[in-house]
Amino acid sequence: MSQETILDIKDLRTSFLVEDFEVKAVDGVSFKLPKGKTIGIVGESGSGKSITAMSILQLLDKPGKIMGGEINFKGKDLTKLSEKEIQNIRGNEISMIFQEPMTSLNPVYTIGQQIRETLKVHQGLNKQNGTKKAIELLSLVGIPSPEQRVKQYPHELSGGMRQRVMIAMALACNPELLIADEPTTALDVTIQAQILELIKDLQKDLGMSVIMITHDMGVVAETCDYVAVMYGGKVVEYQDVKSIFKSPKHPYTVGLLNSIPRHDTDVDELEPIKGNVPSPKDMPVGCRFAPRCPFATELCEKELPSLDTQADGSEVRCWVYTDRWDGDPEVNVRESKRTAESE
Amino acid sequence: MSQKELLKVNNLKQHFPIKGGILGRTVNHVKAVDDVTFDIYEGETLSVVGESGCGKSTTGRAILRLDEPTDGSIEFDGVDLLSLSRRDMRKKRKDLQVIFQDPYASLNPRQTVGKILTEAMAIQNAVPKEKRRERAIELLETVGLNADQIDRYPHEFSGGQRQRIGIARALSVDPKLIICDEAVSALDVSVQAQVLNLLKKLQREFNLTFLFIAHDLGVVRHISDRIIVMYLGKIVEIADKKSLFDNPQHPYTKALLSSIPTPDPEVKKERIILKGDVPSPINPPQGCRFHTRCPFATDICRQEVPELRNLDNMKEGHRAACHHIEKIAAEH
Repeated sequence: MSQETILDIKDLRTSFLVEDFEVKAVDGVSFKLPKGKTIGIVGESGSGKSITAMSILQLLDKPGKIMGGEINFKGKDLTKLSEKEIQNIRGNEISMIFQEPMTSLNPVYTIGQQIRETLKVHQGLNKQNGTKKAIELLSLVGIPSPEQRVKQYPHELSGGMRQRVMIAMALACNPELLIADEPTTALDVTIQAQILELIKDLQKDLGMSVIMITHDMGVVAETCDYVAVMYGGKVVEYQDVKSIFKSPKHPYTVGLLNSIPRHDTDVDELEPIKGNVPSPKDMPVGCRFAPRCPFATELCEKELPSLDTQADGSEVRCWVYTDRWDGDPEVNVRESKRTAESE
Repeated sequence: MSQKELLKVNNLKQHFPIKGGILGRTVNHVKAVDDVTFDIYEGETLSVVGESGCGKSTTGRAILRLDEPTDGSIEFDGVDLLSLSRRDMRKKRKDLQVIFQDPYASLNPRQTVGKILTEAMAIQNAVPKEKRRERAIELLETVGLNADQIDRYPHEFSGGQRQRIGIARALSVDPKLIICDEAVSALDVSVQAQVLNLLKKLQREFNLTFLFIAHDLGVVRHISDRIIVMYLGKIVEIADKKSLFDNPQHPYTKALLSSIPTPDPEVKKERIILKGDVPSPINPPQGCRFHTRCPFATDICRQEVPELRNLDNMKEGHRAACHHIEKIAAEH
């Protein structure tokens, strides 16, 4: 990639230390995000996608801790910064929006007060200028009659409106990187369409880079340029968005795509992935996906494959694409229609 | 398909009172479901879709009489459910079962799976006492769990497995109709696919009828025969699956379909983005309830409530409630 890279994460590891036990929530995540682009991080519950985002901003609750790796943001390693330095970056250069807009807003302060607080901390604006800027931001995110809205409390707004307020707050300091953690999951589809459109427009206008964390492959297809698929705390595949849908490589990605009930075509029978997501307390030793993988061999169960760059530039963590593959040499992950039995 | 109606819902209304003031008098009503009429045929899957607050779950609850409906009639297999006493209704629930969204909240954490399943049988007296455990084991195997898991507690299972237990419990009394209220919404997509396939398989095996309440149109397309689209307590469109997805007539249905993100980056489609939010069901808009967000709204939409109609370009049984179907069809 010739473009400037805004974020380069290398081998990030984040664990939760519970009673002498280490739960590896994020276990060696690496990806790059070119400036002005959107990367989608997809995966099912427990895959470590939200913890990755929290680690970037170091918003981890105890006992969560970054155990190793680098988070290079514009050439600076965020893991080496002091709490004070990271506070300057948080909300200023990197902002985040969360899934549940009601719990992320303080119910006892007005919308205006909450946006003003961000502006005061990071830009030193006084009350009058802060209010002016807050109104400006609210109209930017498409809230009607912002002069009245700044005086209202979060409970007076609908879910979609609250998410717009969250976005307005996140944009308050013109961040270069926006992390959106399931920003539309709690919203109805017609409202989701509004919010996704809004994020896309703002990104174009402001030149932001975006990390979109989601479990919805539809959202990924419509908003992202690159995709990192996570499973069991690891990135298993990284490709640009068109390639991942056209030629998914990892058996998990293939399974995920085959599991989606489509609203635009008829599918007779879905092809689910057998079994369940492994518990982070009890991760398989080899490839994390081996117990659910229809192609798994002895090698897969014993040894963990690394995330390797392929000839076409994609990155895959799977033994099938290496010299050491000991299964069927003719195996075609994509064409095997039956990835798992329904029961 | 034999077109025998299993359930007939006529002019169903569900208004919840809002109490206010110091005297706690009823000051207003939330019109959650307002004059809804539809039939479910035996052996089919009828889905109800719509956004939050459209009344889809309330409709399901009213059919089961978990909430007493305000007005209307519900006829199940020839019996008027609303005229039954509480006791008789309880017996009738043998035929009408429900699966809820949150499989954890709907299973008693202090009961083993075996107890959960046999209790349902005991209440309905569906299976003689000595055969209940045997039947429970059989049910577990039917839904894809192991017989040796019968003495475990709900917390020992994953979300997908718990939903399977919920399904087994619904099946334990041999129901005719199962109401699935967002039954797969809380599950991860790989597990959701497992449960959807299971529901389809069970329907074939036991000739079940499903009323499937969901907001995910992908799921709905996969499982349904016919679909009802609701908006603010009213049916705006009802059609067989193919007609609804290929030839939607109501502007709300069109907007809803175009709003869903397609999991294919190569597909470029025209998106109808609706303005604003769903209005409050306390004071729903006069006339057509969608007129505040509809790009085609005119004066008549603000004054008159549109009826469900079938036109020449629509298949039999496909009806939409809009004053301007002809005009919209001619323009596009």
